[in-house]
Parts: sequence; C-alpha cells; structure tokens
Amino acid sequence: MNNEQHNPQTAGTRPAACPAAGNDSAVIAQATTGDYKYGFSSDIDTEIIPPGLSEDVVRLISEKKKEPQWLLDFRLEAFRYWKTLTPPTWAHLDIPTIDFQAISYYAAPVKKEGPRSLDEVDPKILDTFNRLGIPIEEQKALSGMAVDAVMDSVSVRTTHRERLAEMGIIFCSFSEAVRDYPDLVRKYLGKVVGYRDNFYAALNSAVFSDGSFVYIPKGVRCPMELSTYFRINSAGTGQFERTLIVADDDSYVSYLEGCTAPMRDENQLHAAIVEIIVEDRAEVKYSTVQNWYAGDREGRGGVYNLVTKRGLCRGTNSKLSWTQVETGSAITWKYPSCVLSGEGAVGEFYSVAVTRNRQQADTGTKMIHLASGTRSTIVSKGISTGHSQNSYRGLVRVAPKADNCRNYTQCDSLLLSDTCGAHTFPEIQVANPSAVVEHEATTSKISEQQLFYCNQRGIPTEKAVALIVNGYAREVMNKLPMEFAVEAQKLLEITLQDSVG
Amino acid sequence: MKEALLKVENLRAGIDGKEILRGLNLTVHPGEVHAIMGPNGSGKSTFGGVLAGDPRFSVESGSATFHGTDLFGLSPEDRSHEGLFLSFQYPVEIPGVTMVNFMRAAVNAKRKYFGQEPMGAADFLKMMRQKRAIVELDNKLASRSVNEGFSGGEKKRNEIFQMAVLEPRLAILDETDSGLDIDALRIVAAGVNALKTNDNATIVITHYQRLLDYIKPDFVHILYKGQIVHSGGPELALELEEKGYDWIKQQHQS
Repeated sequence: MNNEQHNPQTAGTRPAACPAAGNDSAVIAQATTGDYKYGFSSDIDTEIIPPGLSEDVVRLISEKKKEPQWLLDFRLEAFRYWKTLTPPTWAHLDIPTIDFQAISYYAAPVKKEGPRSLDEVDPKILDTFNRLGIPIEEQKALSGMAVDAVMDSVSVRTTHRERLAEMGIIFCSFSEAVRDYPDLVRKYLGKVVGYRDNFYAALNSAVFSDGSFVYIPKGVRCPMELSTYFRINSAGTGQFERTLIVADDDSYVSYLEGCTAPMRDENQLHAAIVEIIVEDRAEVKYSTVQNWYAGDREGRGGVYNLVTKRGLCRGTNSKLSWTQVETGSAITWKYPSCVLSGEGAVGEFYSVAVTRNRQQADTGTKMIHLASGTRSTIVSKGISTGHSQNSYRGLVRVAPKADNCRNYTQCDSLLLSDTCGAHTFPEIQVANPSAVVEHEATTSKISEQQLFYCNQRGIPTEKAVALIVNGYAREVMNKLPMEFAVEAQKLLEITLQDSVG
Repeated sequence: MKEALLKVENLRAGIDGKEILRGLNLTVHPGEVHAIMGPNGSGKSTFGGVLAGDPRFSVESGSATFHGTDLFGLSPEDRSHEGLFLSFQYPVEIPGVTMVNFMRAAVNAKRKYFGQEPMGAADFLKMMRQKRAIVELDNKLASRSVNEGFSGGEKKRNEIFQMAVLEPRLAILDETDSGLDIDALRIVAAGVNALKTNDNATIVITHYQRLLDYIKPDFVHILYKGQIVHSGGPELALELEEKGYDWIKQQHQS
C-alpha cells in the first residue's frame, strides 16, 4: 500500500460522489477523506434491477441466477419471515431508518455467464481489482493466494481453482456452488445461521446474490490462503453476499476477506452472512480486513455493515479462529461467533476495531460452550477518536452439561480524543460450576508524557501515535497472515493520521 | 575559546502560571561537563524540561541559543534532531512498542531530518548491539516494550543506551542517579564517560554529589529559587556535600 491517491472518477451515468470540497483546511480534508484510497468507482456496464423488495423481486433474483426450486423456496420462506420482523434496536448504535424499498437488490456486471478465462473478464473490472491491489490474474499464481473477487452482487473471477481441485478443494462463487455442488450447498446452507436468526440474516437469506463457497475435504491442508475480495461499485445497491465454509475432518484452511467501496454521499447497505462448519480435528482461520468507506468527516455517506458471522465447531477438538481488523464502515454491527458443540473444541476471536469521525461500531463475539472441555479466547482492542462510538459486546455462555470449559476475555479500549465513546457490554452466563471464565478490561489514553518522550527522541507526534497504536494492536495483528498484517498495520497508520484530539 | 554550544539568557519559565525559573543564565561550551545542583524545588528538572520542550512548561521570557539556533523556535523533535538529548528522571513506559521499533523510528526520523535514507535493518541491528554493550543491557532489550517492566536501574541504563544511539551534542541527565544502586550507578556513569568527546557536552542535574564521583564536572552550578546563585569548579560540589544547602538558603533569604 502506498499513499498514492485515486481521485473519485465520474462513472458514466452513475456519478460518484466527490468528497466535501471547499473546506478551508486542506489538511483536515486530506486526513479525513483523501486517505481513503479505494474511494474511486469504476465505469462498468452494470445490470441493476429497479429498487424495491417483494416476492417478485426475490423470484427475479433466483431466476436470473437460474436457481433450483429448493433454493427459491428457501428464499421465499426467508422473505415471508423477514416481513414479520423489524430491525433490531438493542445495539449501542444510532442507525437511521433504512428504506428497504429504496435499495436495488441485484446489480451485476453485464457479462451473463461466469467467465471461463481471464480474457473474458471485462478489462475495466480487472483494472478495478488491480487498482485495489488484488491479484486476480492467473500469472500471479506465485503470490500464494487464491482469490474470489466479488463485484457488487456477483463473483467476478476465482483464481487457482484447478490447482485446488486437484486436492479436492472446492473454492468457487456461491452461484457456481449451487449449480455444480447443489447437494453440498443444500446440506449446509442455513445450518449455522438460519434465516430466523435475525432481521438482517432473514433479509440476506431472501435476496443474497453471491459470495464464496469453500469445501476442504477430509485430511487436506489447504496449501494457500483463500481470499475473497468484496467490492461495492454501483450506487443505490445493497450487497448481500453469503460465504459458506466447510472444513471436513482433519482439514485446515486459512481464509481472508477484504472489503472496499467507493466514496458516496449516500449510505450503502451491506448485510452478509458467513457460515462455517468445522468437523473433527479440523481448523479454520478466518481473517477480515474491513475497510468499507466510512463516510466523511461530518458522517455523510458510508457503508452500513450489518453482518452475521458464525461458526459451528461440531467436530471433536475442532478449532475456529476469527481475526478482524475493522477500520471502515459508517456503522458496524457484527459479532463473529463460535458455537463449540464438539468436545474439546476451541474458539478464538481477535479484534481491532477503529472508529473515528462519526463512525459507530458495535462489535464483539459470542462463545457458546455446549460441550465439555471446550475453550475460548477473546481479545478485543477498540481504538476510538473524533466523535465516534466504539462498543464491545460479547457473550460467553457455558451450558449445564459442558464440564471443564475455559474462557479468557481481554477487552481493551484506547481513546484518542475527548469526544469519542468507548463502551463494553460483556455478558457471561455460566450454568456449569466447573467452568473457569475470566474477563479483563482496560481503558487507556495516550498520555502527553508518552508523546513528549517520543518527541524528545526525535519521533514526531503522528509517527508516535502510529507506533503506540500499532503496539497496542500488535497482539491481534500478529494473528493475521503475514502479508495482511503488514497491510493492516499501514491501514491503521493511515486511518489514524491527525487523529489525536 | 570555542563558540558556545548552549547559551541561556534570563530564562523565565513556569508551569500552570507559576513561575519556577526566574532569570536563569548558563553558557555551555563543547567538551564541557556542567553539574547543576540545588535543593528540591529549585527548578532543576524544570530547566531540563524547558530546554527539551516538555509541553507541561511554558517559557515566559528569555532565550536559549543552541549552536546558533533559537532553541525555543524548534519543535521538541527538531531539538532532538539538532542534538539535544534529555535523560528523563522518570522514563516513560510505552506498552506494546518494542525498543527496536522505537529506536528505529527515532533513528530514521533523524536521518529523514538530515535528508538521509532510512538505515537498513542489518546495519541498524548491528548498531543496537554495539550501543547496548556500552550500558551492559542484554539482547532481550530489543524485543521488550519501552521501559515497561524495567527495573529502576534498567530504565536509567536504557536512557543512556538511547543517548549512545542518538549521539547528541548536548545531553541533559536529569537525576540520572536517583534510584540507582552503586553497581548501576557505575555502569551508567561509565556509559556517559565513554560517550564524551571534545565536541559534545553534558549537563548533569543532580541533588547529590555521589554521581559526580563518577562523572567529573568541569563546572558546578547551584540553582536556587530559579536562578543560578553560585558557580564554581568541582570543589563546590564537595563543599555542598559537606555543608548541605542551608548556607545557600541563608545567603539568599532576604
């Protein structure tokens, strides 16, 4: 990553919003909007269905994707249930009323069929992903990562599929999985996050467009990082992807998702579902670097990131590890969770959540201990500045029949301004006396003496803040795959420029 | 006579509107070691902090010229780049930031100031090894967080280590002897002496004569109520040790 900036381009008939211009303080503008280097949009022929949500729209989406009847039925059931619901209000978030009829629920680059080779992909799409630094070209095979790139509603290109297929690994777009592996999808879809789970899960189940599907067969260690890159490009659309990962007995996979969106004045809705199933002795590492557009300094625009992520560790001694670095989105509502139903299963959650300006984040995890000998670790690091609100919300539950369970939670907040808010809402429900549950929490600020000490050694304040913040977040950053740890560290530094108030 | 490295004239400075330094004058030439002694509350640490740019203190009037430059016109980091080093009486802990990252940021910020490329990782680590040997810090230093969990002696040795890395023109040692046992004191003093050249200078701020057995001053100044009221050679420190500060207080009572 470098500091090169991309100016927002005008995108044909769908103009991209420019960041607020005419601000007296160019420096502030630079720090608060200029540094979102993914704010450009691309002029790509896109098929968008009219805004609005009805049974007809659900049928239309299913039809466009040539889906089997069972999947349409699944969508319709979800839609009918969703209609009975109202959005949840329990989070420490001020979410403006969302007009769900004003959103288009399907946008796709015009190409009808999934491309067979790189030559068939619209060069403008390739260019978009190249500018984002995403290696979707086959020749970048040596970069050691397989990528599924999702633009707006559909998967654009999945790389390395053949090489992975030789090992029996399936890594493809969700639509392709429905077409090519319908039995697998049907077996697992909605089993971890049912459409009745919550409002946004019901919405996603009704209108989900695409996403990634991963299956790692018994005994296979996936030899490379699998990565999905999500990009919202079109204006006025929501993105509703679904990721389903199944790790069969004794398998291992490390999966990473990254997200960006253009800078626009309006808010964009992202309501995704991630379901993970981990069988006996299998291990899944799921890493997220979330950098959706966060809105401008006054809180205009930005993505509403309302996501349900959950893994079911039903295998004996299975392990699921969530690592997230959250710097983007106007509003974040997500709680990557582990249901530990296999004996000796291990759940981990490592999170760095940065909020600044008017950003709001309510994020955390749930560790549900259903089986004996299960262990979980939660390390949450919040960093807040500006007028932002940053909340940790967590649940640790130990079921009556789960003996000898163990949880350790560490929940730290770092405040960089006097006007931000950091909150923690930990809930602990223990129904078995043999459980050991620990919760530690700290709140700290960067002190004037710490900054002066750095200054005295020649380190300017901005660099000193970056050093201290990176030091604070190091424990979580170390959990990311190497190449992303470097990226995420730079992202933190850029995000927090000029942010000590 | 060489040109003055530091010339402080009529310096008045304080904290929260309370004046602590009341017209302080001091001139330091390259190659010299000055000791500033005085009873508690006389303004010794304020003087060090004001020179380094500690934001708690504000300068009311007077000037400080550092090898020809107006010191108070420079940011704290630029004062550092120009060669001013303050060894803190209470070194600050910075959790999570390793010494190697901290010092690399410091060294490269200085190199950037002088238009130089960042130092390569291998060269940097080699330099770290050489410099920590001066104060007998072990190789775990690099991976430890800045001052976090350091003993009192380790903190002060770590200050001198940083001084060795940054090679200042003027080092101000603020109560570097406080909280040190005799072994640590020897190590710290030996480190300071090893770094002494004809081109740099040291201001040793101390309450006791003890440190001056190891770091021999050329000049000793007595600071009282924000002014240097007495200056002399090394013998002045011995006199203070013998007679205490009461005679100074009595002389300046009126």
